[in-house]
Amino acid sequence: MRTPIKPLAFLLHHFWQDFPLIDEHTIVDCHVAVVKHQIYRRWPKSELLFLVDGRPPTPPYPFAHHFPMLEWGINLCLARRANHLLMLHSAVMERQGLALLLPARPGHGKSTLCVALIHSGWRLFSDEFGLVRPEDGLLLPLPRPMPLKNASIEVIRAFAPQADIGPKFEGTHKGTVAHVRPPTESVQRMDEPARPRWLVFPRWVADAPLRLEPVVKPDAFLMVATNAFNYDILGQTAFDLVGHMVDACDCYTLVYSDLREAMAALDELTDSAHD
Amino acid sequence: MTDRLRQKRQAGRLLMDALRQPNDLPLLSIEDWDLLLRVARRTRLLGRLEADLARLGLLERIPERAACHLRAARVVVAHRQTRLTWEADRVLWALRGLEVQVVALKGVAYMLAGLPAARGRMAVDVDLLVPKEQINSIEQRLLDRGWMHKALHPDDDRYYRDWMHEIPALRHRERETEVDIHHRILPRTSRLQPDTRLLLQQTRAVPDMPIRVLGPHDMILHALVHLFHEGEPDEGLRLRDLVDVADLLRHFAGEPGFWDGLVPRAEELQLGRPLYYGLIYSRQLLGADVPDAVLQQAQGSAPSWLVRQAMDWLVPRAMLPTHPDIPNPTAALARWAIYMRAHWLRMPLSLLLPHLARKFWRRLQGAFKSRPPPLSADEGSKNSPVKE
Repeated sequence: MRTPIKPLAFLLHHFWQDFPLIDEHTIVDCHVAVVKHQIYRRWPKSELLFLVDGRPPTPPYPFAHHFPMLEWGINLCLARRANHLLMLHSAVMERQGLALLLPARPGHGKSTLCVALIHSGWRLFSDEFGLVRPEDGLLLPLPRPMPLKNASIEVIRAFAPQADIGPKFEGTHKGTVAHVRPPTESVQRMDEPARPRWLVFPRWVADAPLRLEPVVKPDAFLMVATNAFNYDILGQTAFDLVGHMVDACDCYTLVYSDLREAMAALDELTDSAHD
Repeated sequence: MTDRLRQKRQAGRLLMDALRQPNDLPLLSIEDWDLLLRVARRTRLLGRLEADLARLGLLERIPERAACHLRAARVVVAHRQTRLTWEADRVLWALRGLEVQVVALKGVAYMLAGLPAARGRMAVDVDLLVPKEQINSIEQRLLDRGWMHKALHPDDDRYYRDWMHEIPALRHRERETEVDIHHRILPRTSRLQPDTRLLLQQTRAVPDMPIRVLGPHDMILHALVHLFHEGEPDEGLRLRDLVDVADLLRHFAGEPGFWDGLVPRAEELQLGRPLYYGLIYSRQLLGADVPDAVLQQAQGSAPSWLVRQAMDWLVPRAMLPTHPDIPNPTAALARWAIYMRAHWLRMPLSLLLPHLARKFWRRLQGAFKSRPPPLSADEGSKNSPVKE
């Protein structure tokens, strides 16, 4: 990662402070940079480009959105490059070696739940990518800064005052975004995989009463398969992986409007599984 | 600075060595792997490296992280190839009953004919060649059966139909794969005019499918036309096209009469010049085994001494990958020159200038309109054809 953009560098130092610096002698998965766009594009509005290996995979973004832009750029790189893994669009956290997956569509409240859970005793794997290793079906951690959107920001401030939330970026295509720093312990343990144990498909609906309902396995299979970024690319491998994962997990849908209620329900669900 | 210079030279050499001597890949240092993966990805040859290493049984002996990237490339290649074969199958299904001779070109042809050039190859489109007389009925049939044209500026549509060697790309409404239907291998405006009827006379059957592929000589000549008559300002000459040529030469060299017929066939199709370049540079850059006698014969189509010097300077610079982080003005200049040359060969100035002016004008308009569309991981993998 290289950038001459000062405010971005400042945020990087803060949000990625627990990560080790890379060794010079290593293979880097994505060489990325954020730079100012060519001179004739700097007027009237200043714009930034995200570069991978010196080329921009995305159009330029307004200068003010530097940090979210980096996050989206890295998501794109991963989604394009990590095809040796099955990639689910899912939040993942772990407790006592067992992983809870929250596969969801954008806007269904998975990031909010994820941030709440990792400030309540769970270890962060990822709020965006459920990475499944085909060799053994284990989930791999990817503890990066997590974006909260719009109303979620205040919800989390109220729920977990200890969460380290960064500045708000307003007017992005996803609305207002603010990031949560990944907990130090999650970063330190970023090489420890975990076994999937629960699949919960969350959905935030305003004013809805809490509903946590079991999903039959065939439905869960389809829900996971259609949630994967690269199910079609992995073909047979993906079919087998999703099948094993659904077999090994308790599968539920969760409709919620109140974060506290949802958390309590998830706690009860995951606690009882240990008995 | 010396380190930078070393790195700059290193990028191209690393990839060429890897292509010529995949046996030595386990000896690479970690830094070299890091750079090699980047340049191989950019030239779309990652899948090729994986295929070579797998064939040699060496995948276990390279760094794990590099192996992950190569595995990912293999997965994508396999998926892409399945998708292309399926799309070709669907097109043939749609054309059933039309009594038309369909010839697969390039990547799809290599796959269907089971040629070594297909291994690890990242193809994107289905390219087909058909007789010009039947192009309208084919287009109509595909449109009737669910294929569509992309929304095209009327200027571009007219331009395609008046001057190009293919009709605007078709895409099935439910699938992403593009189908390009060609009726010749170079635009009508091009200086060279290989006769499509001659090509269609020497095609070969594909077992169990109502589709054919070009004869060995023509397949090579088509790859060369693609290489030396199309260029992109960013990419210059596509190294992977030369890799195809070297693979095809190696494969077909075993067929009796292959070498004897190559140059005469090229001359018959007016393609002696691209063949000359192809033989010279695939030998020089990729170590292809071209008999001296054939090279001698091909000399007949060589350009003047001056042009030859210019091309010798330009081609390797425009074709070999450069370091992704270190700007290389020489390579940029060479690529630009090659791009201009390709345009020059494809179009007389009376057409080229208005064409470029229109393109420039629309780009200018676009620059004031376009704002970034939303992009996130979920959209990235589903909608983009991932042309990395």
